[in-house]
Amino acid sequence: MPSESRLRIRKQDSVVQIEFIDRNILDEGNIQMISEEISRLIDAEASPKLLISFANVDHLSSAALGALITINNKIRQKNGQLRLASIDPQIYEVFVITRLNKLFQIHESVDDAIKSFG
Amino acid sequence: MTNQPRHSPDASHAGHSGGPLRHAAIVHHDRGEVEAVQDALEAAMATCGYSKASLFAVRLSFQEGIANAFNHGHRNLPPNTPAKVEFAVTPAEVLIAIEDQGPGFKPDAVADCTLDENLEVPRGRGVMLIRAYMHEVRYNDKGNRVEMIFRAKPTP
Repeated sequence: MPSESRLRIRKQDSVVQIEFIDRNILDEGNIQMISEEISRLIDAEASPKLLISFANVDHLSSAALGALITINNKIRQKNGQLRLASIDPQIYEVFVITRLNKLFQIHESVDDAIKSFG
Repeated sequence: MTNQPRHSPDASHAGHSGGPLRHAAIVHHDRGEVEAVQDALEAAMATCGYSKASLFAVRLSFQEGIANAFNHGHRNLPPNTPAKVEFAVTPAEVLIAIEDQGPGFKPDAVADCTLDENLEVPRGRGVMLIRAYMHEVRYNDKGNRVEMIFRAKPTP
């Protein structure tokens, strides 16, 4: 059954910019849908450059972190680049606690993240 | 653990002065049922004056506990197998208990997801997030029931 997108997607220059529609990325069903949708975006690019903004996100779960790790692994397999941006301080703390701030390239703003792509 | 979250103070007045606000529910792996308990929990915390940061910590821990119960505890059980959820909220603390019907697990055997070699492993962060955000976490001997306590941080 086709389902409504949980993402806002736009491509500017060579960068695919993604924003979440949901404020809470907790529900496994939603996370699965988001993950699959982003995977399709990666599949469609030869050398994917993805920027995921968390500007609208208030909560996320370890399942969402797991999905981000899977997305990151997939992008690296294609020699692509992933950037995360606009993460609320409370959520950033979750990245710090899990040390995932060391794995991901996280930028304060979307503009900073766009400038960082090689 | 070195990376502990910060908690902003909780209101000391606490609009609730009676006994604990208690709730017990049998919950299936259903978003609506889980959210109903979560909403009741957050309403009780709001009544008792907890801060937004405290709500964030408890919501995350509750969600991780529920996910562990259904995804791990009930992995080999019929999908409609329910779990038991209880909470008791006072202005001083929030106690949450989640009991699944699975065979149990050994929480100390969960790999440390913060080690360099595990950073890219997509799973295994739920238990450590609960430990990071809650002040006390204990499991029964079987390992199918977790009790977690969040304590209010008093205003200075």
